Amino acid sequence: MSNYIKLIALGLVTLFAMIGTNYARDLAYQVHAIIVMIVAGGLFLYTLRRTDEPKMAPAGLENEYFDSVIRAGTIATAFWGVVGFLAGTFIAFQLAFPALNFEWAEGLANFGRLRPLHTSAVIFAFGGNALIATSFYVVQRTSAARLWGGNLAWFVFWGYQLFIVLAATGYLLGGTQSKEYAEPEWYVDLWLTIVWVAYLAVFLGTIIKRKEPHIYVANWFYLSFIVTVAMLHLINNMTIPVSIWGSKSVIVWPGVQDAMIQWWYGHNAVGFFLTAGFLGMMYYFIPKQAERPVFSYKLSIIHFWALIFLYIWAGPHHLHYTALPDWASTLGMVMSVILWMPSWGGMINGLMTLSGAWDKLRTDPVIRMMVISLGFYGMSTFEGPMMSIRAVNSLSHYTDWTIGHVHSGALGWNGMITFGALYYLVPALWKRESLYSLRLVSWHFWLATMGIILYAASMWVTGIMEGLMWREVDANGFLVNSFADTVAAKFPMYVVRGLGGVMFLAGSIIMCYNLWMTVRKAPAKEASLTVQVPAE
Amino acid sequence: MELYTLLRQFADSWMLLFLFTFFIGVIVWAFRPGSTKAYKDTANIPFRHDDAPAPSQDQPAATKEARA
Repeated sequence: MSNYIKLIALGLVTLFAMIGTNYARDLAYQVHAIIVMIVAGGLFLYTLRRTDEPKMAPAGLENEYFDSVIRAGTIATAFWGVVGFLAGTFIAFQLAFPALNFEWAEGLANFGRLRPLHTSAVIFAFGGNALIATSFYVVQRTSAARLWGGNLAWFVFWGYQLFIVLAATGYLLGGTQSKEYAEPEWYVDLWLTIVWVAYLAVFLGTIIKRKEPHIYVANWFYLSFIVTVAMLHLINNMTIPVSIWGSKSVIVWPGVQDAMIQWWYGHNAVGFFLTAGFLGMMYYFIPKQAERPVFSYKLSIIHFWALIFLYIWAGPHHLHYTALPDWASTLGMVMSVILWMPSWGGMINGLMTLSGAWDKLRTDPVIRMMVISLGFYGMSTFEGPMMSIRAVNSLSHYTDWTIGHVHSGALGWNGMITFGALYYLVPALWKRESLYSLRLVSWHFWLATMGIILYAASMWVTGIMEGLMWREVDANGFLVNSFADTVAAKFPMYVVRGLGGVMFLAGSIIMCYNLWMTVRKAPAKEASLTVQVPAE
Repeated sequence: MELYTLLRQFADSWMLLFLFTFFIGVIVWAFRPGSTKAYKDTANIPFRHDDAPAPSQDQPAATKEARA
């Protein structure tokens, strides 16, 4: 019966996409209509062929975890990671060598079109897939229950991939609403909303049917990430489409309110997507890899509540010296500075989990990766509050310092903790004794670390130089440097930054090889371990 | 009264008080008597069910383990 409803819905979507292809008012919409038509049409045929066929009763599924979707998630994470890093490295060289904005690719692959592709690929495709996959892994293990909702988890996975493809192709073809980190246009936003509600349902459903009396702290972080991102996404994307056959839409918020909502969204995308969600990862995978419980569970509770209470107010620091009222930007600044404390509380909690097991840093490159991710987390959560202070911001804003800050957080914290989680997950999910090669993990570790250091250091130098050059005035009060002067002065640092990107990318490719060989070549775990182990 | 002023006044007074009290309450709750023992058990959740969910026979798995 449910198949008939599915067939009707898929048929209607396909038909609508066909009409959309015909009436499309812009290229991005047309290409998207074709993609939707192919996907919905393909699913229609797939469903049709399976309708009224005898079903195989799934036996005893409640006795095992739903891991196939997580395996797919780890593959997607690694794949989108490499794509995102590659795009980032390429646009870094585009900035150093403008000739790389090829004439023939103008309007498709120039810096302006590729830059949102890079940011969304690393944040939403790499980071998002990592969050979805690890959250499904962690919530099952810490709830001692199989994922709720059956194949709904597969819908979340594939629905999210479709969102990524629509967003990425949209950016290249110019379908963007020009809101940083919220570029996708209205129909892509609507699709993401549906996928996200399904994600929330799967996650919450699993927590509700848990067999452990307590909800482990990692799940609190994951849940706050899912709920807050839903709220941010809905409010920041309140748009009215100009036409149902076109990608252009208009936001309902006026002027400065729109700017405030955009950065309330933007900063909490950092706070809840890139911090709370990844802290969920940290609170599960670091204890697992160190084989010790978290240093202080009390601290983790206070960490959680302090972080979510404070982060939500920090957005206005993106709008210093703008039309935003003074009180609002002061509020944002103060909250950002206070936020330093829970951030470091969390970092200390993670680091101290290793107390008594510090020797593992010498022997286990995976835990080294997780620890350095916390180091970068601590560094960027100190740098961030400092940069949010109005006086510092007057120097740092609009310069490359901001870009350096973002990357020490994104590459150092999010990237490294995700790599650590992948190195933990792949042997666990494919039931392997161990990783294929720890030596290669060390190579990855050092390449990535050196890459980030090159990146951050060159951006500090160029950012501060740029800020100082912009504000330099002569005795008569005239500006000394033109904008082009600063661009010329930044060239050497831009090359160094690009090289840092190459090293980080090389490390991630080594990781992919290592993980691939782990699945192909590493010895399988003893069969006895795959059967159910009695609970202690 | 204008809606903005009303909301602003509410945010500056009762809501602020509520959020602040809630937060203090969380800290007090985390340090309540007996919490160290309870959290010791909670912190060990990740080490229990690595390979398969807890058996579905009504009895919750954790009551078995609390003794361990």
